[in-house]
Amino acid sequence: MAGRTEGGCCPASLAYNRMIEEQTLPKAAAIVPSPALLTVEGVTKRFAGVTALNDVSLEVRPGEILGLLGENGAGKSTLLKILSGVMPPSSGRIVFDGVEFNPHNPQDAKRHGIVTIYQELSLIPTLTVAENIFIGRAPLGRFGLVSWRRMEEDSRAIIARVGLDLDPATPVSALSVAEQQLVEIARALSLKSRLIIMDEPTSALTETEVQKLMAIMGRLRKDGVAIMFVTHRLEEASAICDRMTVLRDGRLAGHLDREGGPIKLPKIIEKMVGRAASELYARPTQRDVAGDVRLSVRGLRTVRDPQAPHAIVLEGVDLDLKAGEILGVAGLVGSGRTELARAIFGADRIAAGTIRLDGRPIAPASPADAIELGIGLVPEDRKHQAIFAALAILTNFSIAALDRYSNVGFMAERREREALANYRKMLSIRMASPEQAIEGLSGGNQQKVILARWLARDPKVLIVDEPTRGVDVGAKAEVHQILVELAARGIAIMMISSELPEVLAVSDRIVTMRRGRITGEMPGIEATEEKLMELMALDQKQEAQNQEATQ
Amino acid sequence: MTSTTERSQRGGVNLARLLMSFGPLMFLAVLIVVFTVLKPSFIDPINLFNIMRQISITGLIALGMTFVILTAGIDLSVGSLLAFCGMVAAVVAKGGTANTLSLSTTGTLGYGWFAALLAAVVVGAVAGGVQGFAITRLKVPPFVVTLGGLTVFRGLTLTISNGGPISGFDASMRWFGTGLIGPVPVPAIIFAIAAILCHIVLRYTRYGRAVYAVGGNAEAARLSGLRVDRILISVYIIVGFFAGLAAFVLSARLNSSEAVAGIGYELTVISAVVIGGTSLFGGIGSVGGTVVGAGLIGVLQNGLQFNNVSSYTQSIVIGLILILAVAFDRWLKSRVRR
Repeated sequence: MAGRTEGGCCPASLAYNRMIEEQTLPKAAAIVPSPALLTVEGVTKRFAGVTALNDVSLEVRPGEILGLLGENGAGKSTLLKILSGVMPPSSGRIVFDGVEFNPHNPQDAKRHGIVTIYQELSLIPTLTVAENIFIGRAPLGRFGLVSWRRMEEDSRAIIARVGLDLDPATPVSALSVAEQQLVEIARALSLKSRLIIMDEPTSALTETEVQKLMAIMGRLRKDGVAIMFVTHRLEEASAICDRMTVLRDGRLAGHLDREGGPIKLPKIIEKMVGRAASELYARPTQRDVAGDVRLSVRGLRTVRDPQAPHAIVLEGVDLDLKAGEILGVAGLVGSGRTELARAIFGADRIAAGTIRLDGRPIAPASPADAIELGIGLVPEDRKHQAIFAALAILTNFSIAALDRYSNVGFMAERREREALANYRKMLSIRMASPEQAIEGLSGGNQQKVILARWLARDPKVLIVDEPTRGVDVGAKAEVHQILVELAARGIAIMMISSELPEVLAVSDRIVTMRRGRITGEMPGIEATEEKLMELMALDQKQEAQNQEATQ
Repeated sequence: MTSTTERSQRGGVNLARLLMSFGPLMFLAVLIVVFTVLKPSFIDPINLFNIMRQISITGLIALGMTFVILTAGIDLSVGSLLAFCGMVAAVVAKGGTANTLSLSTTGTLGYGWFAALLAAVVVGAVAGGVQGFAITRLKVPPFVVTLGGLTVFRGLTLTISNGGPISGFDASMRWFGTGLIGPVPVPAIIFAIAAILCHIVLRYTRYGRAVYAVGGNAEAARLSGLRVDRILISVYIIVGFFAGLAAFVLSARLNSSEAVAGIGYELTVISAVVIGGTSLFGGIGSVGGTVVGAGLIGVLQNGLQFNNVSSYTQSIVIGLILILAVAFDRWLKSRVRR
């Protein structure tokens, strides 16, 4: 400005005064070392009756990687949705780049410079890399037509920034998940994003791909881009994050700083778990589980399915499940827990290994086979895999046991209704009538109907995958109680869950899984969240070395 | 708190559900009243039986189509398959492809009406089964498979008939198309019996439950132990069977099997099912709805004709009604889900 001419002739006091002035101006905040790019102040989000996020504050500075950590249900996704403009906070203030930030929708947030990259990538698979990068803003040439040449050249430069060397004319469907992720990051950069939020970016990547992604994150940090890294993987977070913000039960559990070395795992775990979390669920008194081995799995392997190339492959699983026992299977998303359940249930093909039920080898080729043998599965994704949304509760209840509620092909509706009425009482299912469509029920009551569906078959083995996902807190305890009662009746129960307090609350025995393998086992009474988390996140480098050694 | 919300929800659902099941029926009643007011002779039993005879052919196929659409499938081949089955029935009935124009009622070389009927329904069912197999095992979408079938069956029909009709059946076969039991046309009776049987199967049997479940959520059905592929194949067999039955009745009525029979029937049939409230996305619908849907189209066609509306205009009206019926259905459902 006019500073140069004035500066030469003015007395020192004047210069001093100007300095003071500048500091009081709002713009002057930029001089303070590492000011926040994004400040979240006391943000709260309430849904009908539930407070998902309670008075959370954090800040992200330019050129840093902030880890956002917390268990499932800690409020991470809610915070992400608020920051990316999917929904507004109920109260609190967000400041981005010195300006109040109230995005109306995700596009709005993007325009302001905050891009969120979700686990489920948002690229359009049938379009090329270049088309995806320039979607909705293709460079125009003469006559207002799309200039394909410029688009390709520009995309090449853009993807080079994230270390991608491929033809921009490649359709996205031909890329691996890791490459697709990099394309998304590249697109974010080309939008002049200053804050990139990555939601579980490494969950579908291989070890090498993770290393590569980390390197690129490091490079972006050097360029002054701020990154918010949302993850379950403590090791990775510890390796790359400058600072961490930990959430627990929708509240801020604390901030952690790098202070020289990487942030240590036990410190993170302590913050994540807290003391309150384990008190939420009553621990079981040790029950006598002297049952015989019902289900025995040895050396179970699956192969990569070309239809789902990124699904987790089981690499030799050994497992015993006793009658009357609840076996908790703890593991992160992508550890192979669900795949294990599906393989036992005949829903996915098995490549090697044996499964024995009551000592006899079985080889269910379909869920129908497994069900006939006495195995039941409550799948993790209730909406897509379990319920018939538009159909009556009665139909939803009896569908796996039609043979038991019919005579020579005709439904024995009275028997069916009586059975449902019994389970309704036993599981205290809150519903209007058997004719009501199941989609009208709450998540907890839907889950109880699905449990009733399997109880109607008197299964020997019941596998429940994330039994309380999308179930509100009160009903969670009810579902746990039901599981314990079923085990007491002699059913062998395998419970998969990513909520450790839940695993601890109901399991007689707990195994942990990671990358398609069982990594540890302990009696439920001895287990703690800290111990389990360590087993779930076994040292990756050590494991990689093991792999190399075997090859 | 929960009890009050549940109660209010229930009330709302009931009213909308009621409308949903009786909406098409009310619409049908209104149409009949309107046409009667316009021309009182519309309500004459003779005319009503006439309508029943008219709708029985497409109505029979619509019964089978209800099964298919309940599984979220579609069958576009039914018109061609009808012509093919009709031609096969004619060949069996007459013992050859010779097109004897004599309408003599005795002493042909053929195998009689029962063999003709059997041939028609078996060929229809097998053809449906083959399409079902292609859909489930080759993983080709039903729309594509049956679109192919539409051309293939028409081509087969033209091949065996050399493009012409095969006419002249004996009186016992013609009875199924033109006969009366009391005042009621035989085709209408066949349609009524078939509709009742289909209703019983869908409403009261294990198999019916499975059909709804597969259409409601195929993955959940598989994980509940249903053999989804078998059920899918079976519904195409059923619609093929009904195309064969309809072909037999049509040939009997016209005393002739035409190579060009049934062109465009797939659209009338699908319209009847959809107007009757069966969702193209599967899992929702009923035989009762389909009967009403077929009746609605029949009444519209007949009533418009009765009032000297040209067939060109008729087709405009029916198309618009189809869209309105589905829009109404959607609106009701959005009210239910809220």
